[in-house]
Amino acid sequence: MHGRIDQHQASGQGVGARLPRKEDDRLMRGRGQYVADIRLAGMQDVAFVRSPLAHARIRGIHVPEAYRDRVFTAADLVGVNPIRAVSGLPGFKISEQPVLATDKVRQVGELIAMCVAPTRAEAEDIAAAVVLDLEELPAVHDMLQARAPDAPLVHEHWGDNIFLETNFEVDISAALDAPIKVSREITTARQCMAPLEGRGVVASFDHRLDQLVVTTSAQMPHINRNGLAECLGMDQGRIRVISPDVGGGFGHKGILLPEEVCLSWLTMRLGHPVRWIEDRREHLIASANCREHHYKITLYADRDGKLRGIDCEATVDSGAYSSYPFSACLEAAQVASILPGPYVMPAYRCRTFSVATNKCPILPYRGVARTGVCFALELMLDLVAAEAGLEPSEVRLRNLVQPDQMPFDNITNKHFDSGDYPEAMRRALEAIDVEALRARQRRGEPDGRRIGLGVSIYCEQAAHGTSVYSGWGIPMVPGHEQATARLTPDGGLELRVGVHSHGQSMETTLAQVAHEMLGIDVGNVRIILGDTAMTPYSTGTWGSRCAVMAGGAVATACGDLGDRIKRIGAKLLQQDVADVELIDAEVRGPNGSVTLREIAHTWYRRPQDLPKDVDPGGLDVTSGYKPQRDSGTFSYAAHAAVVAVDPDLGAVEILDYVIVEDGGVLINPMVVDGQIFGGLAQGIGTALYEEMPFDGAGQPLATTFADYLLPGPTEVPAPRLDHMETPAPYTRFGVKGIGEGGAIAPPAAIANAVNDALRRCGAELMRSPITPHRVVEAVIAAQGAGRAAA
Amino acid sequence: MKPAPFDYARPRDLSSALSLLGGNAGAKVMAGGQSLGPMLILRLAQPEQIVDITAIDELKQAEISGDELVLGACVTHADIEDGRVPDVSAGAMRSVAANIAYRAVRNRGTIGGSLSHADPAADWVSVLAALGARVTLRSVSASRQVSLSEFIVGALQSCLQPGELVAAIHIPKRSATAHWGYVKACRKTGEFAHGQCAALIDPDVGSARIVIGALDAAPVLIAKPAELFGGRVDADYKTRFDPRVADRLLNEAGVTDAVHRHIHLTVLKRALQEAA
Repeated sequence: MHGRIDQHQASGQGVGARLPRKEDDRLMRGRGQYVADIRLAGMQDVAFVRSPLAHARIRGIHVPEAYRDRVFTAADLVGVNPIRAVSGLPGFKISEQPVLATDKVRQVGELIAMCVAPTRAEAEDIAAAVVLDLEELPAVHDMLQARAPDAPLVHEHWGDNIFLETNFEVDISAALDAPIKVSREITTARQCMAPLEGRGVVASFDHRLDQLVVTTSAQMPHINRNGLAECLGMDQGRIRVISPDVGGGFGHKGILLPEEVCLSWLTMRLGHPVRWIEDRREHLIASANCREHHYKITLYADRDGKLRGIDCEATVDSGAYSSYPFSACLEAAQVASILPGPYVMPAYRCRTFSVATNKCPILPYRGVARTGVCFALELMLDLVAAEAGLEPSEVRLRNLVQPDQMPFDNITNKHFDSGDYPEAMRRALEAIDVEALRARQRRGEPDGRRIGLGVSIYCEQAAHGTSVYSGWGIPMVPGHEQATARLTPDGGLELRVGVHSHGQSMETTLAQVAHEMLGIDVGNVRIILGDTAMTPYSTGTWGSRCAVMAGGAVATACGDLGDRIKRIGAKLLQQDVADVELIDAEVRGPNGSVTLREIAHTWYRRPQDLPKDVDPGGLDVTSGYKPQRDSGTFSYAAHAAVVAVDPDLGAVEILDYVIVEDGGVLINPMVVDGQIFGGLAQGIGTALYEEMPFDGAGQPLATTFADYLLPGPTEVPAPRLDHMETPAPYTRFGVKGIGEGGAIAPPAAIANAVNDALRRCGAELMRSPITPHRVVEAVIAAQGAGRAAA
Repeated sequence: MKPAPFDYARPRDLSSALSLLGGNAGAKVMAGGQSLGPMLILRLAQPEQIVDITAIDELKQAEISGDELVLGACVTHADIEDGRVPDVSAGAMRSVAANIAYRAVRNRGTIGGSLSHADPAADWVSVLAALGARVTLRSVSASRQVSLSEFIVGALQSCLQPGELVAAIHIPKRSATAHWGYVKACRKTGEFAHGQCAALIDPDVGSARIVIGALDAAPVLIAKPAELFGGRVDADYKTRFDPRVADRLLNEAGVTDAVHRHIHLTVLKRALQEAA
């Protein structure tokens, strides 16, 4: 296998090539086609009447007489089922999310009525004219308060607000006598994912095919079709879901939206196409949120910094409803399984709560639970280092899984496939030059700011498959990933895959895989994705799975297609198939060669030249793939950040940022660099800027980008990247999933750097984002404590 | 997020604009739209009539008249940043302009529009108060001139009467001996400030105009600035600065949160330190 990689690296197009992106010609010229670019004859716009209250009983919806035929409520949606995303984990409580609210609203922004008009502005005029009669109920917006026995109930019949509680323990009693014991409460803010393009839906009905056509900005079109069929009570064959160009997903576009169900129903009711384009206010107020975790955590360690155990109680604010298909419990329940990360320890206990509140549903965001887990654990490890009198990095080096332990099953039975974690940390430290930095800290800064160094390391389980997801019992379990490889009559290659690409560069990397297998020029490879009518079933793009799963499927389908090509080629060359090879897009035998183009031409245009016993399957192959082990690939990275903190203004500037990353064999290192840059930007957002606050009545307070701050180019430094490439033992080409990692470690590294900078003045921050207000607050509190102590 | 319906006019002369404004109580001036645009889209503003004044040449004029610079209301931040208009502030206004929001905003946003919107965190609201500017307000029937402190009466509130608009801004020539300091704290480049101070200090004549902005109310022009420096504004004002007095003034101005006060105090201190 590696011989072939070497061979095709020479062409600059195969696995390992830094190939410029094929999709950029279209996207960078503004020729991408997004949902909002679609124009259909007779299409009308939809605006929704949304709940202005976090929790209320609906007493009445008054529609002005003039708009009676333009406004639709739950009463009209006869036969439409609510969205149900059930987990099979024991004790999980089921929420039913009506696509238009029925008796109650449980979050601000919940859909109550849809209004249709020739333009969005007119539809909004109608929405503004609808009068709601709501009886406000006490709202619960704080997840810790929601756990209290007297809290208002989001779903009354539950009797409490707990979607799911989980418990995991390995002999925590063995750790309790450890000489070092540090405990804290750690919080990560609720965020919005804020892709450049929001959600959007165009729904129409194709009478020729008797088919509902839903064009939607989505990551997982086949899963959307499952959900739509369930909610609408329709056969899957009568639904086609198309996901065109998508301007960023990050998980936000992985859920079935009530809006998708509503517009599907509406186009069938009205007989003309309808459209809804999410605006930024809807995105911030009413769409899925992410990341809101709370940890009560204790680390036990010996004097030399060796970890004895972790004891944790984690709470995740899951919002009002369980979102489809990931469910309300995936985030919190994952915390328990991934908190120990790449560290070796003998004792562990973690209790988790997925809590319902009167807020938007929570949804996995790039990094999913890992970003919060990494933040909690890595901040705590710095405290262990302080207690042990060690460099923070030294505590990591003493506790990380060692390369000679690979493959390694950690305390929660995560199977670490390969890698050298300590080496990644050592390289990051070397790049940052710790000694010089410590000397600079001792000297102090002329401008009075304080310098700090922070490190963090994480592991990213990716492309985890059937054996992992069947345990969650959620509506979606990934199986074999399939791809279709088809040679066109002129020798071009069409690849059809069920995953999608919205920044992942799949059109380029999958073409590279095809080139690796068939030697075909990537310019002659077309990737077809994002359409249930044109692609094999797939759970879609999530969980950093595409390079491993779709890459493996494309390799398998191209390999099978190659076998058929060779058999036809051998016949045409009048050779035994054992004596020919497929190299550089031609079949070569001892006495000559025949190109893919000639073979395709013969199959399609001159079948009379084919031998009688040719494989009738032709040059169109669908094949499936799963890694040898489907417990997931484990990529990882060490991040090191140097920051300057202004203790009086609370401003944090990132002076230097180093990432040493190991994603196995890289199909396209430039694409991986891009993934890491983008992830870092989002990680900086989590660390320093992004937060969706709520007031006491459950009203979201950051309703525009003036209040919901995202990092811009001036806030994101150019990181220094270093790649290690430890092949994955169980996957095709040795690739690992890397899509999310960039967003996992930065909040921890940056927070540790800020705390390092402020340690000498006694201030400590255990909450993201680290805002100027929180920094100054911590500094003032430390000064007050210092004075009190004196 | 689409505006409620409104009528739109873009007159070519000031008298037409004033007639439109005077004849319709639901009319609203648009002078660049960088604040009004989002307010329309969010339906926070629902005027019946928009009067776009950016086609009126008279409002785009800039000239030095005697000891002052007169800027038409529709001079853009970028006009000032790029030096397309004269300067009497010894470069102070140009450097302020260069750091307003983002370049795209500066290309369209206007000095008169910014003042009329009266956001307490807007740069011009504090800076022009410190520079001692006055504004000319026009209506169909009248013209009047007020100081910046009289003009801004609260957060997002000016003294503009129905039918009135800001026609011109008058900026007095900065004295050769005056020091200028301006500091703002923003969470990221281009965002509105959460701490802001403009200071024009002339130790030779013992005067100081110090404005603290980015409060929940109108910016505060410190009434007795000498108190900050132990009773007199002198050449050694930087070393005589008394933060306790500043802290008390901020408290009196309604900044009761200790963290906010610390940030405002720090910004004030740095504006004074940087004054030159």
